Amino acid sequence: MAGLERPRAGRIVLGQEVWFDAQRKRHVSPERRRVGYLPQDYALFPHLTVAGNVRFAARRDRPDLLERVGIGHLASARPSQLSGGERQRAALARALAREPRVLLLDEPFGALDAITRQQVRDQLADLLSTLKLPALVVTHSFQDALVLGARLGVLDRGRLVQLDTAAELLRRPATAEVAALTGANVLAGTATPNPAGSTIRLSAGGELVSAQPASGPVQIAVQPWQLELCDPSSAALTDRVVSVRHDHDRMLVRLTQLSVLVRAESNGRWPIAEGEVLGLRAAPGDVRVLPSQDGR
Amino acid sequence: MTSTTHGGRALASRLALLGPALIMIAATIAVALVMAFLLLPVVALFTYQPVHDLIHNFGTRVATDAILVSLKTNTIAFAIMIGLGTPVAYVIGRRRFPGRSVVITIVELPLVMPPAVAGLGLLVAFGRFGLLGQTLTVLGIDLAFTEAAVVLAILFVASPFYLRGAIAAFEAVDSTVLDVAGTLGAGPLRRMLRVAVPLARAGLGAAAALAFARGVGEFGATILFAGSIQGTTQTLPLAVYSLFDANLDQAIAIGVLLIIVSAAILLASKLVGSWTSSRSTSPSLGEPSSYVQP
Repeated sequence: MAGLERPRAGRIVLGQEVWFDAQRKRHVSPERRRVGYLPQDYALFPHLTVAGNVRFAARRDRPDLLERVGIGHLASARPSQLSGGERQRAALARALAREPRVLLLDEPFGALDAITRQQVRDQLADLLSTLKLPALVVTHSFQDALVLGARLGVLDRGRLVQLDTAAELLRRPATAEVAALTGANVLAGTATPNPAGSTIRLSAGGELVSAQPASGPVQIAVQPWQLELCDPSSAALTDRVVSVRHDHDRMLVRLTQLSVLVRAESNGRWPIAEGEVLGLRAAPGDVRVLPSQDGR
Repeated sequence: MTSTTHGGRALASRLALLGPALIMIAATIAVALVMAFLLLPVVALFTYQPVHDLIHNFGTRVATDAILVSLKTNTIAFAIMIGLGTPVAYVIGRRRFPGRSVVITIVELPLVMPPAVAGLGLLVAFGRFGLLGQTLTVLGIDLAFTEAAVVLAILFVASPFYLRGAIAAFEAVDSTVLDVAGTLGAGPLRRMLRVAVPLARAGLGAAAALAFARGVGEFGATILFAGSIQGTTQTLPLAVYSLFDANLDQAIAIGVLLIIVSAAILLASKLVGSWTSSRSTSPSLGEPSSYVQP
């Protein structure tokens, strides 16, 4: 979209402007498009100060932009003297100085460590919402996409498999890959229809009930926080604990087939330790039968 | 049998202890010999005559003429080399085009060509009866044995040094930074001048210094194509050669002058190299800003 690569086919249009049309052999060069492009490592000009970087794009000084992104005090600094989060903001100010029609951010947090990442992500989300500028963010982290994005498009092996809000992606994943991306457990099994929907016998053992009618070989998705612990001796689905990770008030328990998120208050009832067998169940409405390859 | 092996083992262990020490001594001697070999001619030139005579010889007519010729021709050649060579190196360095490796090989050709052969080639190409000669004569241009010939000779032998280094320096510039400059509205010229050249300046400076030094010292091509006419085409190296038989003292004085110039170029390129520290844009993981308000 920045015009740095030429696609083999298709069209890229912004409003009324055709930026690329493979059929009509039209390709507008990057310098004539008005994009604000932030590559993964920000690509600030190392031989210029922060103010100089912004001046390169704006052809005049823009201290207001630096203030807006919160680095007005760093105008005379060189990129090498800045922290990761500050560099991102400098690159953003520079991109905005171009007065772009669209922002393109490539893995905006890829170059940051985990702690800075969260902070910067929240700040960026706030900033983007005040800008009223369409922004396209590329990320491999579903978490980042959740915080930043109104609509999420999932690309799998070059194809757009789903374009939806985050809530819809969670509720109705279009493919197993989308489900896995959102953090769901994706399990294979065989479904048998019943009056309430279907019973799925999992290939790795155990049973789950889904509210969707289905039959034959299926894949189902269920989120880790949608699984509940129950008595292993009478549960339709059991599994053995492989590892436990604590996170504030909850635990992410990894079992051999799937993961379950357990809130701390339910910890007392069933022992959760490596090697223990846990009983699991889920509400039928939470067990999604994924559309099969041919779209049934 | 046992006693000889005992003695043998003791000797072996003593040699093992001496081993590293021996290597150190041998290495030091080798380095000292190489240093001596390289420095001796220089020292010999500087100490050949008393300083008073040396300075007097700097001021002779032959010397001052040669200084002026060298200064003028090298400055012009250097300006052309940087002015034309930099954009050419940028294009070759950044674009992929069919025949690119052939072009680069041609650029490097004068590097391996004997300078005298280069001079001969220039004569045959641009001389009065050469390949281009007759066309030039018609236009009223007579190149051989003129100041212009000196400039051409210097350009021919020295510019490959600059071009090769400049191409490598431009190749090494981060593509992403140039791409981003494009998205920020900079056209090809602005990208080259305001982004690529500043980013490549260390490599460009080193290549320019090397080329300049080569140009100043150029002898073989100049003498064959431009001749050694005092005041017009006799550069400092040519003056050394022409004075060699008649007045060794003066020849040596000019040699000393050339060494001083070469040393100055070397020093300048080292200083420029240390000023241009590398400043990468790749962020380090979340460390606090090191920037302090001035």
